[in-house]
Amino acid sequence: MPTNPNGTQPFEQDLDSTLEAVDKAEAIVVEQAMKAGFDEDEAHQIGMAVRECVVNAVVHGNRYSAHKKVHFTVFSRDNRFTIKIADQGEGFELTAVPDPLAEENLLRHSGRGMFLIRAFMDSLEVKKLSPHGTEVTLTKALGPA
Amino acid sequence: MSVKLNVRQVGDVSVIDAAGRITLGEGSSTLRDALRDLVTKGHKKVLLNLSEVSYIDSSGIGELVSAYTTVANQGGVLKLLGLTKRVKDLLQITKLYTVFEVHDDEAAALRSFA
Repeated sequence: MPTNPNGTQPFEQDLDSTLEAVDKAEAIVVEQAMKAGFDEDEAHQIGMAVRECVVNAVVHGNRYSAHKKVHFTVFSRDNRFTIKIADQGEGFELTAVPDPLAEENLLRHSGRGMFLIRAFMDSLEVKKLSPHGTEVTLTKALGPA
Repeated sequence: MSVKLNVRQVGDVSVIDAAGRITLGEGSSTLRDALRDLVTKGHKKVLLNLSEVSYIDSSGIGELVSAYTTVANQGGVLKLLGLTKRVKDLLQITKLYTVFEVHDDEAAALRSFA
């Protein structure tokens, strides 16, 4: 059970638009989630959600551009663990993915990333940034749901 | 660590022992290349041993599905062996656990191909 409802100091970092940065973001968030009080399985799930989200930012948002960064923020406050992931891309459509659980989609190669994010987190918000970029905010409650 | 693969032949079954992480990038493409190589050589019975695979992301799940359909499209069958709890949970929430034939015991898995 989470044991640190009073919050953690915000952790912020600009990540390169690379797959190595995806691994780094996941490792950071798992560590921060454990510090916040989540157990190992919960931290693993949060890490996987963040991994899928940062993949979207790197691949679909920044399109691996060496000139664009992924801004990554993690904090817990008011019994909520929050991760913000912002890219500098031209934006991409998150809602146009077919339901991966539908019988006709079960054998599709792709389209499960957003489903996993929603499965493992309590909330997912997407905000368009000006003049460009997309910010995704993920939250998960600390303590019993 | 990315995924490491070792392919061995047990009778007419090709067993792929995978270890590490199957994630977007090298991990996914390594598995894809190994499967295509087996199918190209006419191997139609494939047992994918995931007991040493610690992590699979959505891209890795996609590769498992592609592996399944690639072998099936050639008239073959791909089965899974030795899922860790986390991989099993992932296949269950994505409803793929019922698509794959999954075994815990290698000898039983090999017999099931007969």
